[in-house]
Amino acid sequence: MNKIIRYVFVDLLRNRTIIFYTILLLILSISVFSMEDNYEKGLVSLLNIVLFVVPLVSIVFSSIYLYNSAEFINLLVSQPLKRENIWLSIFVGLAGALCLSFLIGVGIPTIIYAYSTSGLTLIGCGLLLTLIFVAIAMWTSVLIRDKAKGIGLAILLWLYFGLLFDALVLFMLFQFSDYPIENIMVGLSMFNPIDICRILILLQLDLSAMMGYTGAIFREFFGNALGMGITLVVMFLWCIIPLWLSVRHFKKKDL
Amino acid sequence: MINIQHISKDFGKFKVLKDITLSLDGGECVALIGPNGSGKTTLIKSILGMVVPNAGIIQFEGQNIQHKYTYRNEIGYMPQVGQYPENMTIGQVFDMMKDIRKMPDSQLDYELYNSFDLPALLGKRMGTLSGGTRQKVSACLAFMFNPKALILDEPTAGLDPLSSEILKAKIQKEMKQNKLIIISSHVLSDLDDLVSQIIYLQDGKLIFHKSLNQLKQDTGTDKLSKAIAKVMAVPDHKI
Amino acid sequence: MVAGMSHAATIHVGNASAIKEIKKGISVAKNGDTVIVQAGLYKEGNIIVDKQITLMASGQVILDGEKKFEPISVKSPFVTIKGFTIRGSGHSSMNDIAGVKIYNTKHVKIIDNILEDNFFGIYSQNSKHVEIYGNKIQAYGKAEQLIGNGIHGWKSDSLHIENNTIVGHRDGIYLEFVTHTKVLQNLSERNLRYGLHFMFSHDNSYIANTFRANGAGVAVMYTKHVHMEGNIFEENWGDAAYGLLLKDISDSQIINNQFDRNTAAIFMEGTNRVNIENNLFKGNGWGVKIQASCMDNTFNNNNFLQNTFDVATNGTMTLNYFANNYWDKYEGYDLNKDGVGDIPFRPVSLFSMMVERYPSAMLLFRSFMVTLFDRTEKLLPSLTPEGLKDDSPRMKSVKV
Repeated sequence: MNKIIRYVFVDLLRNRTIIFYTILLLILSISVFSMEDNYEKGLVSLLNIVLFVVPLVSIVFSSIYLYNSAEFINLLVSQPLKRENIWLSIFVGLAGALCLSFLIGVGIPTIIYAYSTSGLTLIGCGLLLTLIFVAIAMWTSVLIRDKAKGIGLAILLWLYFGLLFDALVLFMLFQFSDYPIENIMVGLSMFNPIDICRILILLQLDLSAMMGYTGAIFREFFGNALGMGITLVVMFLWCIIPLWLSVRHFKKKDL
Repeated sequence: MINIQHISKDFGKFKVLKDITLSLDGGECVALIGPNGSGKTTLIKSILGMVVPNAGIIQFEGQNIQHKYTYRNEIGYMPQVGQYPENMTIGQVFDMMKDIRKMPDSQLDYELYNSFDLPALLGKRMGTLSGGTRQKVSACLAFMFNPKALILDEPTAGLDPLSSEILKAKIQKEMKQNKLIIISSHVLSDLDDLVSQIIYLQDGKLIFHKSLNQLKQDTGTDKLSKAIAKVMAVPDHKI
Repeated sequence: MVAGMSHAATIHVGNASAIKEIKKGISVAKNGDTVIVQAGLYKEGNIIVDKQITLMASGQVILDGEKKFEPISVKSPFVTIKGFTIRGSGHSSMNDIAGVKIYNTKHVKIIDNILEDNFFGIYSQNSKHVEIYGNKIQAYGKAEQLIGNGIHGWKSDSLHIENNTIVGHRDGIYLEFVTHTKVLQNLSERNLRYGLHFMFSHDNSYIANTFRANGAGVAVMYTKHVHMEGNIFEENWGDAAYGLLLKDISDSQIINNQFDRNTAAIFMEGTNRVNIENNLFKGNGWGVKIQASCMDNTFNNNNFLQNTFDVATNGTMTLNYFANNYWDKYEGYDLNKDGVGDIPFRPVSLFSMMVERYPSAMLLFRSFMVTLFDRTEKLLPSLTPEGLKDDSPRMKSVKV
């Protein structure tokens, strides 16, 4: 199993897209931090990049890589290897390479320019989002055989989590603004990992505003150990459930 | 060695294999013949566990292969089109397969590897290789780990005549060592002096499974290609 | 009175003295005398100071009200109370019992006392020229109705409140109908309601005080001619918490103050002609919230740094003026290099208007969609107040 991880990982490190992604993140991070006079403003700008670019690259790149590796996966399956191990190894290799890119591109500049709780939260969130969107890509690409359809679905899912979900929440909020819906909103945010990350970082960067009326409800939930624990569990579920579904499907898949 | 009992497979409405029962033993070279879409590749993939049949049992050396993977240590597989990660070199592909198979270097079979002159190409990336060179890599990998059974899907398709002869000689040699060799091919002339048994599939059904000599006798021909032509000419293949 | 001073006597009270009780000491004292109380615990119920004397503690003198009495009631002019530890006053919902209460008099000094666990701390009722210096006032209750204010002034004039520390009371400093008063260099923190609270208290000045982490910050109401300078308002967090709540305040100065990490730094309602200048707004949820009922207020030369929202309003009219402020969110340019941005800055964002109406929308802050909204609104203002803008935003922050 370790060997396949190593081969996938080494193969990805030489991949042009991965190298480009790393350099892009690095340039963005460094320019953001050197342009802003204080690191918190830099983190705010970086937050938008992390919430926008990381899920997009993770889900689309992983889908393309998986479709392009179909023959290689076939080769591995014909060898004396357990299917679960093959699939999980590919996940670890993919997620590992993308996480490494993120750590170099965003992690290191953040630690240099903005070593703080909010900075570390941002790094943690970026890594979790990478894992989650790689896992989602693993699932969609094992479900759909057609490459074009699969990549289309990946982009649609990204649009949904990045944009449409928030629009729906906002619409709901306008519709039900006369009712006490704050707790429902907290529950609702759990259905979008990007929102969870955004709120976790908001609670660091916009603490004063989050102390206000509704903010207090979020802060109460996310601020205590139980709420934080639930949030982390939910984030891991977001990663584990798609991965588990994909493994289950891959075990039975005809290649 | 390989015992197939009543296996069926369908992809949606399309029935690819219909109730096939076969028994294959070591020391034989079996030709898997049939028109395009007759189910040859699906049958091969079922034996390799890449396709899971809807019904029936496949046994390898008496063991049901369902949910098993270690039996594949005893099978060498040469796919129709060998695709490998583009960025890996030939050397790395061999290293990876050796890692997966975990066989000591002294037991490895380097005969084809050397005959095909692969050591000179180790640094080349897979993405830059011609179809023929890929086939050579696939063939070497199939034979390298001394498997008890070899499954070769269109082995000579992309090879030049010289390499093709090298491969055929190797197949004959392995057959004498009591190995089971399954070849699926369109090029019937290649098979004449190789195979000992013929399996003929059509529309997912097993039409016959008999020895080459028996087939020639039944059809009254001395060439495999003629025998097959005759079989196909007879309605319902009742010979 | 001068004659009285020249014959001033010193009376000692304590276990080691002939006079064991403070009440006895006061009863034998004459105007102008000094009563010095030796260290010890005194439980004498209500001590009434009704002569022009100085009452001083020597060592740690504890006056215990046993949760029933008012430890000291001052009912004479020219009284000084100095250096006592006064604790455990009674409390009542009928009348306001205090650690030290000053009744209808003038020229009283309350200096360097420690007041602990009293209902009200120091209470000036209908008095003039009262000086309250260097006292440490602390209460420990949890429920607002069981706790009075730290320093409470009612219908008084010319108070001088300086260098006191007030912790854990209802309001740190509360003034009602108090005029011509100076409040200097006090620290008011972790009080249950307001750090400073006044109403109908004209012509007062508040200078160099620190109001930190009070339940609802600072609230000032129904007052003219307020002068607030060099104060620090910080960490006043909560739904209805304000660094400074201005309600019906007019003709006032708010200069050189620092607002740091409050939910809302300044909240203005019915406030007119207030000059807000040279203040620092840093790390607040909202820098300034202006309700539609405010007019003719000016914001000049202030620094707005790292606030979630710089300015929010529920109105559409623009009756207040912003000029020469530094906004760290300003993205304009300065082609003629005069230090002033060439395009105006609009401190009210579309999203802040949305949050005013739908507070729960805060959950979506910094989402890609909201950023998109705000960018579009900046290019084509349609919902944010047209005229609410700073035409001369600074390129660099104001040096304060």
